[in-house]
Amino acid sequence: MQLDNSQLLRFTTAGSVDDGKSTLIGRLLYDSKSIFEDQLEAIEATSKQKGHEGVDLALFTDGLKDEREQGITIDVAYRYFTTPKRKFIIADTPGHIQYTRNMVTGASTANAAIILVDARHGVIEQTRRHAFIASLLQIPHIIVCVNKMDLVDFSEDVFNDIVGQFEKFSSKLLVKDIRFRPISALLGDNVVNRSENMPWYEGSTLLHTLETLHISSDVNKVDARFPVQTVLRPQSGEYLDYRGYAGRMASGVLRPGDEVTVLPSGFSSKIKTIDTFEGSVEEAFAPMSVSVTLEDDIDISRGDMIVRTNNKPEVSQDVEVMLCWLNNKPAKPRAKYTVRHTSNEQKAMIKEIVYKIDINTLERSSNGDDLEMNDICKVKLRTTQPLMFDSYQQNRTTGSLILIDEATNETVAAGMIV
Amino acid sequence: MSKYYLNYLDELESEAIYVLREVWAQFQNPVILFSGGKDSIVVTHLARKAFFPAKIPFALMHVDTGHNFPETIQFRDDLIKELGVRLIVGSVQESIDQGRVAEERGKNATRNALQITTLLDAIESNKIDCAIGGGRRDEEKARAKERFFSHRDDFGQWDPKNQRPELWNLFNGKQFEGEHFRAFPISNWTEMDVWNYIKRENIQIPSLYFAHEREVVWRNNSWIPNSEFLKLEEHEEVVVKKIRFRTLGDITITGGIESDADTVAKIAEEVSAMRQTERGNRSDDKRSETAMEDRKRQGYF
Repeated sequence: MQLDNSQLLRFTTAGSVDDGKSTLIGRLLYDSKSIFEDQLEAIEATSKQKGHEGVDLALFTDGLKDEREQGITIDVAYRYFTTPKRKFIIADTPGHIQYTRNMVTGASTANAAIILVDARHGVIEQTRRHAFIASLLQIPHIIVCVNKMDLVDFSEDVFNDIVGQFEKFSSKLLVKDIRFRPISALLGDNVVNRSENMPWYEGSTLLHTLETLHISSDVNKVDARFPVQTVLRPQSGEYLDYRGYAGRMASGVLRPGDEVTVLPSGFSSKIKTIDTFEGSVEEAFAPMSVSVTLEDDIDISRGDMIVRTNNKPEVSQDVEVMLCWLNNKPAKPRAKYTVRHTSNEQKAMIKEIVYKIDINTLERSSNGDDLEMNDICKVKLRTTQPLMFDSYQQNRTTGSLILIDEATNETVAAGMIV
Repeated sequence: MSKYYLNYLDELESEAIYVLREVWAQFQNPVILFSGGKDSIVVTHLARKAFFPAKIPFALMHVDTGHNFPETIQFRDDLIKELGVRLIVGSVQESIDQGRVAEERGKNATRNALQITTLLDAIESNKIDCAIGGGRRDEEKARAKERFFSHRDDFGQWDPKNQRPELWNLFNGKQFEGEHFRAFPISNWTEMDVWNYIKRENIQIPSLYFAHEREVVWRNNSWIPNSEFLKLEEHEEVVVKKIRFRTLGDITITGGIESDADTVAKIAEEVSAMRQTERGNRSDDKRSETAMEDRKRQGYF
């Protein structure tokens, strides 16, 4: 049984079928007893049909018809498992080049990233790309799994060599916490159970690592930011005059009595109560969904942000953003989009592409005026009304935005404010 | 450890409330799809929390196959009264009477697929721009790919290969005339989470979920309840068993399991030891390997 106070850990897995990613996920689910009998029976039947020896755990992660037919992952799939210590959500993202956008999607909500490296091939271009995206999206913890150790005779030297290769280039990235695990997803070594084939390895297994990563301190607890989603006005009974601002704490802590400022208007007031269905609470912190009332009657609506008066975010119509282009249709220079940032929505124009990043070499380049699918670049955005933001590095909620193409209504870009 | 963290159930609850408030803020006329099953009951409970002290600002919509458990209808009507919200009913029987759909024939005929037309008709005629459902990603492999805000084209179809990327918690509910959205606030919950939450919150659920004696028939590896809609095969026999249902749907296809669990606590304990997925008892999912994906593409829940 799960403990009542156990936490939720969201992690993403980057790697291709060839790295054994699906096998690893299958192994985690299988060894933690999260695969049900009817699911296992279905996999066994398919394995037999395809002429595989034994049960092919990778089949467990196949979802859509096309994926089954082509043997590739097309879209992010979410999987769940629970141990007595934690509940886990896996964002299973495809590793193929053309699907960078899925990796960015999976990474955006992750507390941790697992990057798979094939022990036979070491750090390759794809590994660098995955690590770069993990650092760009500021995933707090990265676990590099050197997989297929069984194919290199469980060699300590091979493992150490790969650790060295990875550290050499990751020192250029902004990652706080990188760990390395030698595993064999196929045989189960160091995934859930300790490997008997690698006595030289004294670190913890992958599952134990996931169960014990310290994630509470990953959330920004300093800057109180409360984006207003909607206004609650019951207009009846004992709540006739109730006017509550509903939203989810993005970061920091708010308490009744706190002096706050409402942005962008700049009016100040004090927090009167912080309410939930169960009653009023003494404090609210991320990611709590609450409803806030203020001492003064101020005109507040969706898109506004309540912050502590002595700790304000930046307020500006000009923002510099690292942008990942997600759509087949390239961005035209000076094109106009809808920007969604917290609960705020504005029109925006891409004023300038400052530079693009070559995701394979991690070099900056200035060539090209248009943005194509999977491009990552730094741009200058100009919005019609000011945004209230922090840098993405300080705050993943108030530092992130998406662009929507008004002609198609599609989400075309993900942005991280510099 | 820092005191500023939420446990997993609180975090899931907070996420679901956030999604429900986004739906309310981004759409003109959303509804909750209410089947009387535990997942839609939990979503309704969460909606109550999300807008408190105001009433739930959406109507509840029930797609009625006509093959109901009487207990479900009673439960639905009581809940509607208690919450003071409006009920919209889309009737499969009416769709049949109007010639919009035809009954399936044969032994395993059900009205499951017919619901798609009724649902889409009800969405169109009531000008609904977002239907909130209790779908969860752990239920089924096609559902594992669902977004919180899931786009449907003007034929009500889902295109799983061309979904809008969904990043952080920034949902894009923009749509053109005639299109609509499905929203899934409890996407990240598992069956176990739902039961633990029902237990913690003391949420009322239909008696069908608890172990009770009932007339049943063994078919497709589960106990199908005897009802006026069930056509018995020659070799089939009606017996009385102590059973409960893990999911609730159309009475003709919802299989029960033998169980003694007659409290939520006992159910939660039973579920945690289960080795079969809950949809393992749903014959609608057994028709083919991609039965759910096929139905979802057409506009199913």
